[in-house]
Amino acid sequence: MTTAELIGADPGWLITVKALLVFVVCVVLTLMSVWGERRLVGRMQQRPGPNRVGPFGLVQALADGVKLALKEDLIPAAADKIVFVIAPIISATTCFMSFAVIPITGPVTLFGHKTAMQLTDLPVGVLYVLAIASVGVYGIILAGWSSGSTYPLLGGLRSSAQVISYEIAMGLSLVSVFIYAGSMSTSDIVAAQTSWWYGVVLFPSFAIYAISMVGETNRAPFDLAEAEGELVGGFHTEYSSLKFALFFLAEYVNIIAVSALATTLFLGGYHAPPFLGFTENWLGGWFTAIWFFSKVLVFFFVFVWLRGTLPRLRYDQFMQFGWKVLIPVSILWILVVATLRVLSLQGAPRLVVVAFASAVVFLIMAVNIGFENAKKKKLEAIVDNADAPSFSLPQLPVALTSINVSNNKEGVDRG
Amino acid sequence: MAEIEPLKNSERDLTKVEFSQVDQPGSVGLLGHLKGFWITFSTIFKKPETVEYPEVKAPTQERFHGRHQLNRHPDGLEKCIGCELCAWACPADAIYVEGADNTEENRMSPGERYGKVYQINYLRCVFCGLCIEACPTRALTMTNEYELADDSRAKLIFEKDDLLGPLRAGMLMPPHPMYPDMTDTNYYKGDVTQAHPSQDVNK
Repeated sequence: MTTAELIGADPGWLITVKALLVFVVCVVLTLMSVWGERRLVGRMQQRPGPNRVGPFGLVQALADGVKLALKEDLIPAAADKIVFVIAPIISATTCFMSFAVIPITGPVTLFGHKTAMQLTDLPVGVLYVLAIASVGVYGIILAGWSSGSTYPLLGGLRSSAQVISYEIAMGLSLVSVFIYAGSMSTSDIVAAQTSWWYGVVLFPSFAIYAISMVGETNRAPFDLAEAEGELVGGFHTEYSSLKFALFFLAEYVNIIAVSALATTLFLGGYHAPPFLGFTENWLGGWFTAIWFFSKVLVFFFVFVWLRGTLPRLRYDQFMQFGWKVLIPVSILWILVVATLRVLSLQGAPRLVVVAFASAVVFLIMAVNIGFENAKKKKLEAIVDNADAPSFSLPQLPVALTSINVSNNKEGVDRG
Repeated sequence: MAEIEPLKNSERDLTKVEFSQVDQPGSVGLLGHLKGFWITFSTIFKKPETVEYPEVKAPTQERFHGRHQLNRHPDGLEKCIGCELCAWACPADAIYVEGADNTEENRMSPGERYGKVYQINYLRCVFCGLCIEACPTRALTMTNEYELADDSRAKLIFEKDDLLGPLRAGMLMPPHPMYPDMTDTNYYKGDVTQAHPSQDVNK
């Protein structure tokens, strides 16, 4: 029996319980991850992080939430009031919705009912997640636009441009998973990964997804929308109290949602790591939830690690990386994967498959060498006519490999 | 040592300055980036440098400029003579002093005068220590105490009572007469080491 059939038999009350559970899990994970992130980033900077409220500062996020809720709720005079109120609601609801199709456990028994911890199983589950993520962008851009202020508008524009362009790379990176799994349903994709995880088989896709999910969630080093030094708070500059808390919640639920999707599509979902398959039957199947959440937490750790390590990218570099590197690379990768898949499905001899793969590798190497040569020639050309103009010119934006410094011994003596 | 005269611009022939090429580090490769990730990861397991302040108070440097203190002679008489030099030295105008005459019935310090009113405004004080340098009798010194925050302006104007040092062993609370057969000069020379039983007029 497939997961879809298993879930399809759920009575109404069980669906309600599951929906509630998804909500509670997301909110609790958010509170814990806010605390965990601050502690981890703190340790990375050799300080303890929040440690005052509750044991190890565990209740810090909750205390901050309560404080936020008790703050005065301001709506700027220039704001479009209705849109201003709707925007955070759009942001917060959409991020919860994408969690509906994520399979958290394998088959389990809940209140004497045989089911799986997945709210619903759509045949186009992953497309649904992408669609919901796109709707979530409306929350950001409407918040920026309706605030009636420049900084939120700029932040909102930046952020929506960023999310939209990285969504393309994200969607393209998922295509090869669809090709291999032969389905867009999340539970089918998980079931297809019992022997090999797609993170290994389709590693380039996994890498592209991992990069684009950081861009998608507006997180460091791609947190241009909230670049404090440039844009104050980005799209939520004018928000306060509970409306701000909703954006905050949305950001963290989004991180967990993309991590959960990555787990589902590339790391075998709720399946145990290799050689630990016997654990999947422990606790009547509930042990799979532990595998699922530990994989999600690994992704979350990487998010925090990136934030603790990398400086923010410049906007043009960021967009250039998205459009000129990630998207072309993923399109080429899809071509390769599709060809390989068709070859193996048509029963082509192994020799043909190997020949095709090595041809692709040689082609990449040849292109790379050609690219490097062109770059070298360009640099040489610039150095050659360096002394041509007799008047002063602004320096050309090339990567300098050497610099002229004074070698005046007399000056050194007198210094 | 020979005197070195600075080179004048007219003496400097820019066309004769030699230049040489120096390598720049340039952009970092993939391994360089991984090194950055290793630094943050390994720091997680290092001991944080944080001092948990209200519970743990790290000692200040020995000569840290903290709250002021008005000192006493070993028999308990005050060292301050109300000369106002500290107030004149203060660049922030944080000190207010009013001197008064010592009498036989009411003697606060050896010699003629004593500081009747002594106020330091810690909202103005910049802890530069010029008042300490100005004090001719070493009456005013600074302690290492730095917890000076409070919730009203009035509380941060410290009166003489707040600033006076404690009575230590052998000291008597003034006013009381000077040590028998001693002058103020003896006090400054350090001949008085503790209070004499005859000084205790309150007994």
